[in-house]
Parts: sequence; C-alpha cells; structure tokens
Amino acid sequence: MAIQFIVNGKPQSVDVPPNMPLLWVLRDTLGMTGTKFGCGMALCGACTVHIEGEPTRSCITPVSSVAGKKVMTIEGLSPDRSHPVQRAWIEVDVPQCGYCQSGQIMSAVALLAKNAKPSDPEIDDAMKGNICRCGTYQRIREAVHRAATLQKASLSDRDATEDALNEQLVEAGGAA
Amino acid sequence: MSAGTIEGINRRSFLKTSAAGAAGLVIGFYLPGRSEALAEPVAMMPASSLNAWMRISTTDAVTIVIDKSEMGQGILTALCMIAAEELDCDWKRITTEFAPAAKEYFNPAFGMQGTGGSSSVRSSWDPMRKAGATAREMLLLAAAAEWKVDKSTCRTENGIIYHDASKRTVTYGGVAQAASKLPVPQDVPLKDPKKYRIIGKATKRLDTPDKVNGRAQFGIDVREPAMLYAVVARCPVFGGKVASFDATKAKAVPGVKTVTQISSGIAVVADNTWAAMQGRRALDVKWDEGPNAGASSETISKLLADQMDKTGAEARKEGDATAALGSAAQKIEVVYEAPYLAHATMEPINCSANVTADRVDVWAPTQFQTMAQGAAAKVSGLKPENVFIHTTYLGGGFGRKAGTDFVIEAVEIAKATGRPVKVTWSREDDMRHDYYRPASYAKLAGGIGADGWPVAWTTRVACPSIMEAWFPGSTKNNLDTTSVEGVADIPYSIPNIHCDYVRTEPGIPVGFWRSVGASQNGFFSECFMDELAAAGKKDPYELRRRMLDKAPRHLGVLELAAQKAGWDKPLPAGRYRGIAVLEAFQSYAAQVVEISVDRKARTVKVHRVVCAVDVGRVVNPANIVMQSESAIVYGLSSALYGEISIANGRVVQTNFNNYKVLRLDAMPTIEVYIVPSEEKPTGAGELSVPPVVPALCNAIFTATGKRIRRLPIRAEDLA
Repeated sequence: MAIQFIVNGKPQSVDVPPNMPLLWVLRDTLGMTGTKFGCGMALCGACTVHIEGEPTRSCITPVSSVAGKKVMTIEGLSPDRSHPVQRAWIEVDVPQCGYCQSGQIMSAVALLAKNAKPSDPEIDDAMKGNICRCGTYQRIREAVHRAATLQKASLSDRDATEDALNEQLVEAGGAA
Repeated sequence: MSAGTIEGINRRSFLKTSAAGAAGLVIGFYLPGRSEALAEPVAMMPASSLNAWMRISTTDAVTIVIDKSEMGQGILTALCMIAAEELDCDWKRITTEFAPAAKEYFNPAFGMQGTGGSSSVRSSWDPMRKAGATAREMLLLAAAAEWKVDKSTCRTENGIIYHDASKRTVTYGGVAQAASKLPVPQDVPLKDPKKYRIIGKATKRLDTPDKVNGRAQFGIDVREPAMLYAVVARCPVFGGKVASFDATKAKAVPGVKTVTQISSGIAVVADNTWAAMQGRRALDVKWDEGPNAGASSETISKLLADQMDKTGAEARKEGDATAALGSAAQKIEVVYEAPYLAHATMEPINCSANVTADRVDVWAPTQFQTMAQGAAAKVSGLKPENVFIHTTYLGGGFGRKAGTDFVIEAVEIAKATGRPVKVTWSREDDMRHDYYRPASYAKLAGGIGADGWPVAWTTRVACPSIMEAWFPGSTKNNLDTTSVEGVADIPYSIPNIHCDYVRTEPGIPVGFWRSVGASQNGFFSECFMDELAAAGKKDPYELRRRMLDKAPRHLGVLELAAQKAGWDKPLPAGRYRGIAVLEAFQSYAAQVVEISVDRKARTVKVHRVVCAVDVGRVVNPANIVMQSESAIVYGLSSALYGEISIANGRVVQTNFNNYKVLRLDAMPTIEVYIVPSEEKPTGAGELSVPPVVPALCNAIFTATGKRIRRLPIRAEDLA
C-alpha cells in the first residue's frame, strides 16, 4: 500500500515496504541523493533530515513512521543557497570532501531553530552526532556562530520589511 | 601514497608527458561521445588533439579539465588557480569537469593517472601553467592577427585582450575560433612569480556551493536509467572463499532480482539498495575460511615482535651505530607498536558500471583512473580504450579509493546482469574489507654521550609491505621504503645512524593510508627523540633545534611552531605540551600539542594544536590551513581511538561505535602557520597527520611521566 508524506513541501506517494528506511526511499525511490548514507545505525549523522522540524536520522527511520508528515531534506532548505546556514557554510568555506555536510547543515539548522545564539558547548552538544572525517569541525563551530548572526539579520530584515509594508498600508489607508 | 619507489616502475619522462599535455592543449576541445554534453558552442580542434587541459568557448566560458580526484583536499580549486594565473581569464567564468582516463593525464609521480602521495600540486604545477600560458599566447596571436598589429602591443586582463593604442578589445571567446586554427606555440614563457595575482592568495573553494545543497555528485549518488542496486556478501576471513550458497531465501525478499556469484563473494542485486541489503541478510552462504582463520591481533603482534632479532634490509647506514651504542655513556632500547587502521571515508565504498558488447562505463569515486580502467578492461574482456571512467567527487579518499576491488565487483555484476548496476558497501563492509594501514613493530636504540647529546640511533622495523602488495616486484633488495619513511630519514645530526626493515606478512590486506609509513614511523621516531631528550636531560625543543643544523626546512617549521605556541613561556597549571617535527612527501611540519590529563578518569583532553608547515610556494594558503586542520583531526582520531583488531581471522570493528573517530566535542583549537617559501610547491594533504601523534604522546609524558609506545592511547596510559 502506498505511503504518503510531504518532502520539501511536495506531496509524495511511495509504494515500498513499510519498514524501508526513509533514507533509501529518499535516495533510491525518489532520487533525492543529497541525503547521505554513512553508517546505517544513526552513528554518524550523514543522513540527517527534519521530520516536522525535528532533526532525525533517516537511516533508521521506517518510512511508515513519516506517513502524513512533513520531511525536509538538504534540497529543501532554499532554492538558491540563501538559507542563513548555507550562506554561513559558504562564507566560512566549511566543506572539504563535502559528504557529511548535508547532515551537518541539517543539524545546524535544527539547532538554530531552537537556540538562536548557541554557545560553543551548546554547538558541540547538538552537533557531536555528526562525524566529519575531513575534520572541518573548527569551521563548523565558526559557521554556526556566523549563521546565528545571519539568521538574526534576516529575521530583522523581514521585520523591517513587514514594518515598511504596514506603514505603506497605513499611509494608503490614511490617503483613502 | 609514497612516490619514492613507484617512480621507477613505469615512469614516463615528465617532458614527454607535459609535451603531450601541451599538444593536447586546445581552445575548443572534443571528446568522442561527449560533444552533446557541451552546453555552449565551442570551436572544435582536430581529432589529433583530444584530451586537453582546458577549453574556451566562443561565449567566453572557460572549462578547466581536472585530472586529479577531488576528495576534499581542494585540488580542483588549486588546479584552476594555477591554470587561471597563466591564462589570465575571468575567475568567475571558470567551470570544471573531471578528466576521462587517458595517457595525457598520467601523473609523473606514478606513471599512471592517479591522485595520491600529496603529489597533485607538485605534478600539475608545470603542465597547468604551461597549458594556461600557451592558451593565452594563442588567443593573443589570434587577436593580433585579426587587428593586424604586433602581438607585443596587445595585453590581456581577466579574459579580455586589449590593444590600448587603438582602444580595441575582444574577449577570449571572440577569438577562440581563430586561435584554435593556429599551430600550438612551443616554450611560451611563464609569468614571473612576482606578478602573480591568483597564486598565493587565499581563495575560496570552487566546489563549496554544490556541497551545501546536496547537488555535488559523489560516486554513491550516481543514477542511470534502468539501474539495479547491489550489495556483496564477502568472506569475513581474508583469503577465504565461497564454499556453497543457497539463494532461495534471498530471492524471496521483495525487490531482489538476482543473486550471482562473483570473484569476491555473492552479489545480491535488487531494485534498491535496501532490498539488496535485506536479500543479503537472508542469504545462506558457507565459507571456506582458508589459511588465515586462526589469525588474531596477538598472533600478529608476536609474529612482528619475533622479527626483531633478525637482520633486515638496510634502509640507512651512517657511521658505526653498533660500536657507538656500545661505547655510549647511556643506552636506551625500547620497542614501539602501531595497529592496523581503517580509512573510514565518510562515503562508503561504492561503484557503478554498465557493460555492453562494445563499451564499459564505470562511474567511480576512484583515486586511480588508470588502474580502474585496466581492471574494468580485464573483467569485461574489452580493451582499455573502450572503458570509460567517469570520476565523481570522492566523499573522502585517504588512499582507500586507490583500490580497484570495488571497480572489479561493479563490472562483474554489470556484466552478469546486462544492466547498469550500482554496488554499495555498507559501513560494516567498508570497515571489515579495507586495505589497512599496516600494523608495525619497531625496536629503537639510542646512545647518549656523557654531555647528554645523542651519538647513535638504530631502528629495526617489521611490518607488511604495501608496495609488494600493490605492485609486486616493485621493491629492491626486500626494502619497501614506504615501510620505513618517517624513521629511516630522521633529519638530526647524529653521527651514527642505522635503520633496517624486515618484511613480515601476517595475511591482512594493507594499503596506502593518509601519510602512509610516516603515520606510524613518525610516532616511533619523534617519541623516541623525546625519550633521548629526557635521558640526556635536554629540553625536547632545544635538543631538536640544535640537532637540525643541517636540516633548514625542518628547523624553520620547528622554530615557528615553538614560537607561536609560546614554548618559552610557562603553561597554566594542569596544562602540558609536546612537540614533534617531520617531513612527508617533500613538505615539512612541526606541531605543538597542548593537553590536560584527568588521571582519575583516565582521560586526556587536547586543548590546542599549533602547527607550522613549509610546503614550498603556496598556491592556496586558505587550503593549506584547511588541509592542516583536516590532517591533524585525522591523526588525533588515530592516536586517541584508532585500532583495527583481528580475531579468528576477522576484523573485530564494524562501525563508528567500535571504530571511534574524533567528534566535535573533542575538537581542539588548531592554529596553522605557513613558512613563506619560493621552493617548488609541494603537497599538504597528508603532511600534518604524522607529527600530531608523537606531539600528543610527548605531551602526555610530561603530564604522567609515562611513555606511550603502543597505539592507540589507552586508559591505563593515562592513569
């Protein structure tokens, strides 16, 4: 029986065994290869996606458990690398081989959604489940801090835009 | 991978290779079957000049052909920087593509196309500059001819040719067609390094944007129409084979298409990777475990230790070390031991292949295209020129992806199924069927004079030979230089030095592991140097400094690291530090590691690593820093946790729970400093792995008074 869920805002229906891990459904069935296979045991974090906003290891997540839920993968963060975490990763030039970075970025996005200004120990704690064999850890820390700043700026930009729009509306209302 | 011994095997002269490169240098470039992939119109060159280094389209796009594998070490960006410096093109218009397997791309360090031994910048430095300069010259000549002016009155800047006197300009693309019809000029002069505007400037990686949105394609991401997915059941004991198998239950797993025996075991082929894995779980296989079934870490360790009384192949002899040891005021004799190590690249081993009657396509995260091509040709029965190697990004390589085992499997399965097939290794497959960093055992003896200065040093190393495993017959007089690099070549002014090597083969597959022999020999030699310092009551930095009087580049990095670390200043209470200096692949690194030890909890924390490197002229300083950081983390993982152990002929470790690696919460602060140099550029990808291990162990000695002579560092070493 088909299992339905939403990936990056798009409804998907897959006819696969219910215990098939979400990782392989994403990669082999849906052809979304940005999410990586690293260990198959939730030990390395390369397969991290968000399920209803929660960072989750897709390699041990049966696809049946996401039925009706919202899944976000690295491909869904932004259409143009404009997510604050992606921008920070580019600014700090974090990736080397890059293989673990989808998972690193998804973990960082989840961290910053809950904690807008994490300290080093908070970053370590949230990100220690993501292994990087190229050893980009120092840059990951730096980039998470940078992303926190960018995220704050983009939030206040949005506020400013909304304020400006409201003002225009008020002005328009006043003129009428 | 060490270039030292392999160069002699099948070495093509550098000039010949680079001449072929120059002849293949084209503006507009054609590969059979690939022209349809070109998005933009290009000026075609005659078929005699296939396989170039770069092409310039008539719409100004510059494509740099990357003949080295990008596995994280930043070579893609470095090669573009070298080419663009001479080509003087617009950096923003550069795109890249990975080269096919072809003789034109043979790496002179190996006599074949391949990436390893920190040889990429070293080997591409001349051909890439020549290619860029020659292309620029042809574009200039074409513009000058069109304008009917002297070439010397034209200049280039950022992809545009200017004739200032007549205020005329043309882009490179505007004359690409005309330039492609010119004869290729020979011996075009190269830029004066003083005028470099790209080389030496910290430059962002060109591959980063595709590595933050999931777009970068690794081998494991390859998808072809009608592709099948396979996993392989391999004998857990090295050298074992299939005795019998029953595929009934495996074939009953939904999605499993076929089960077939191949040379490495039993392949389970399915609609998707997970179904293949489930099928393998259901498969019944009986193994003939062969002669290695009794091997264990204990038997291997004993075998290596037993070699210490034998005389080995002489790797170095200066003075009379035996006599000097006999008459020294003080003599120290110790043994050191290092375990097998797995590479554990984040991207597990994988390969895709499609075999038809007249061609083989292989999509692989390979470090060695020529070997992959040869292996695929042999398996398929086709000629190498009918084997097309499509190199993807590598999710880490570290030497593991130099192998052809995964290519052979993919081609065998694709041949058997008649469909494109992707073979994926699980983490457990990857961990238990690696080509491991050799386990090694060494006896070191040192003599110290009455004044406390070392007068003699002998080393005997026993370990398996990587070179004989990979290239049988390539070593001379039973001496594999990769087995002793890092200890035979100690740079210290000690009058009596002897080193020999006893080749010992315990039957576990071995291979090139990031920094190769120096990864274990650097631990032996630089920890032993510390032992000599302590015995002679010398400061370990001061002793090294004094004894490096004939090794200026070692001395340069040592002094820089010590200065930046504040070696002459006291540390806060509870902090300790150690130092080490080593050469690897013609580059030099020194590190100071700062730690604290909790002796009750038996744990060590690494707080800070100060690293100084000398890699000759620097192409991309940002990348030198990144590679130093990367190598230090790789080395720390090995020292703190790394061990592949053997029981009943099998690898005990399976995944990241029992083969631990450094994680973010154990990450120290790393500072990297570069010694300015105008020497020829050399590599940085492996350089900083070896010193961090002894520097850490030497720091632990200052904290605990205990020498660590066997890796990895164990809880009891910290009590």
